[in-house]
Amino acid sequence: MNENMNDKVVNNPLEDEAIYIFREVAGQFEKPVILFSGGKDSITLVRLAQKAFYPAKIPFPLLHIDTGHNFPETIEFRDQLVEELGLELHVHYVQDNIDAGNVQEESGKYASRNGLQTDSLLQAIEKHGFDACIGGARRDEEKARAKERVFSVRDDFGQWDEKNQRPEVFDMLNGRIDFGQNVRVFPISNWTELDVWSYIQQEKMEIPSIYFAHKRKVFERDGMIWSAHDEYVFREDNELVMEKIVRFRTVGDMSCTAAVESLAFDIDKVVEEIAASTISERGARIDDKRSEAAMEKRKQQGYF
Amino acid sequence: MVGNKNKVLKLSTAGSVDDGKSTLIGRILYDTHSLTDDKLEAIERSSKQKGYDYLDFSLATDGLVAEREQGITIDVAHIYFSTKNRSYIIADTPGHVEYTRNMVTGTSTSQVSIILIDARKGVIEQTKRHFFINNLLRTKEIVVAVNKMDLIDFSQEKYEAIVEDFKLLISDSEYKEQNITFIPVSALHGDNVVDKSENLSWFKGETMMEHLENIRLEDIQEEAKARFQVQTVIRPKTDEFHDFRGYAGKLKGGELKVGDDVTVLPSGRKSQIKSISFFDQQYLAASKGSSITITLMDDVNVSRGDLIVKSEELPQESKTISAKICWMDNQPLLASSTYFLQHGVKLVKSKIKTIEHKISTDNTGEIEKVSQLNMNDLGLVEIQLAQVLNFDSYNENKGNGAFILIDAKSNTTAGVGFWEVEVAFDK
Repeated sequence: MNENMNDKVVNNPLEDEAIYIFREVAGQFEKPVILFSGGKDSITLVRLAQKAFYPAKIPFPLLHIDTGHNFPETIEFRDQLVEELGLELHVHYVQDNIDAGNVQEESGKYASRNGLQTDSLLQAIEKHGFDACIGGARRDEEKARAKERVFSVRDDFGQWDEKNQRPEVFDMLNGRIDFGQNVRVFPISNWTELDVWSYIQQEKMEIPSIYFAHKRKVFERDGMIWSAHDEYVFREDNELVMEKIVRFRTVGDMSCTAAVESLAFDIDKVVEEIAASTISERGARIDDKRSEAAMEKRKQQGYF
Repeated sequence: MVGNKNKVLKLSTAGSVDDGKSTLIGRILYDTHSLTDDKLEAIERSSKQKGYDYLDFSLATDGLVAEREQGITIDVAHIYFSTKNRSYIIADTPGHVEYTRNMVTGTSTSQVSIILIDARKGVIEQTKRHFFINNLLRTKEIVVAVNKMDLIDFSQEKYEAIVEDFKLLISDSEYKEQNITFIPVSALHGDNVVDKSENLSWFKGETMMEHLENIRLEDIQEEAKARFQVQTVIRPKTDEFHDFRGYAGKLKGGELKVGDDVTVLPSGRKSQIKSISFFDQQYLAASKGSSITITLMDDVNVSRGDLIVKSEELPQESKTISAKICWMDNQPLLASSTYFLQHGVKLVKSKIKTIEHKISTDNTGEIEKVSQLNMNDLGLVEIQLAQVLNFDSYNENKGNGAFILIDAKSNTTAGVGFWEVEVAFDK
């Protein structure tokens, strides 16, 4: 422990709230797990969990639902972090479910494995008996998420009953559930994208390199920039591959995550860019553009 | 913009159906340039599709399919924006009579409440309820926005009549310490929301956003005694921290310092604070809101739910309590039924002894003998606890004076309770 004595703890309400939520998970549940994608939000979660339980280790394992269409940089980063912190990592592969014929791979121009993650997630929950799944979703991301609770109860089928949610009064979190149910927990519910980036900057956290500007082979479609990775991302013959300097604002499945042109090579520049941005981060996620209620529908079925 | 995240102001909005709450929020987002291009495009598209002549900003906040279909807000939505000065979180709560529970929910986490009045209708029953709930929850800062001024030709006379009507409510209210600010606005057209309006040039006060920006957090902070409820006991069991036994929790009220004489409740064991830490740093003191870990000088038995307080600032202690309950469940609250009572993070079994009376929420304070409390009712209730709890009256410490009741069968949060100050407790 650091021997230097500081005067008084400096309050950061968002950080204090997230730590409080993590500690409630430890206090109320038997088998929690942190949903970890290797993205900036789940990296932030791990950092907050570290702070919540220090000097003890994070008392939860991580779970990654792997679409198989990840950016390799993210996976590399994930494995490194897990080793550094001495955590346990469970990986469930969407590919296994496709091979077993449990789910049908989408086809066509906009094919994505993003929606297929739900089945793998529900199987993982059942297999390991997880009763609380901690996720990095934020209310500012999307309008259906704006209605989400911090402790969000899911039934045996992983379904979200959006019209019948428990009221969350003051900071009291009610995690009581029946056997077979589980709770999705969102410690950074009240953070904005800028809050996350500022936190990464303040904490000098490591993040996967694809968040920073880099040269990449890409193609354009519908005014958006896609990674030219033909194995995962469908590309028409007339959609020409070019090289651009880009970065990613979210790291989902490669097939549904668009890049933005950027010269933000370091965290300070990224924070500046986000602060001045006129496009929301989900604006680069094709999965939300499918319909006005795309996210709400996915959530009802058990999506993160 | 960056670097202000340590400053957050939490707002909630209350109004009746069609008072234009969502429109007001949409307007704030629009005029503070908080709506990104893609969100704005979506609003333009939907507005056009619905055949509106103007941009329907409520589309920025009504998130669920059912809400957009019916053009109403069903559930509390959280909206985020920031200015150069600080970050804001708005809890947008529905205005329907049947959704009072959402208003209590939204208000419980906010520091400032915005009450909307439709200038054409003036102070109506719903306004009284909203004001009443804000008083019940002891919201210190209230902004009364008289909206739709455009529809009454920006009339100063009519506006002032509404303000006078509202002041009558204030004189009837038992809670007198709040600041109430009146502002005439037109959310739809943007008058006095962020920018000053020429149509309302007779109004010399600040616009709504100017007013919010000038609220000082230190003025609206609750002054309360230090209450530290233990969430989890941290025992690393590593070589480096072999004997470490830390108590993790979020400090509610006041300040704790290394060396403070403290008492652990309910056991009553006394000790001193040995260390206060946040992550890997040690501190001499911590104040309200900090999620810290403390260690004690003595090896006393402390577990989750225990309350650590300064020895000269002991809270109340009892197995029977009297509290105001706002009921939130479809299943009514009945005398002699049992519930789990969650006080902060501590869960105890409880039984409703008597329902003293139901309290009218229309600000008249009228009481009525009833045999049950239905959803959205407020009542005074006596509760028997399976074990003692250590608490304060809600008016003295919100964090240590509120609790929820959980239905043991459905597990849902069925009601919220506020410990009463006036009632004498047997020790």
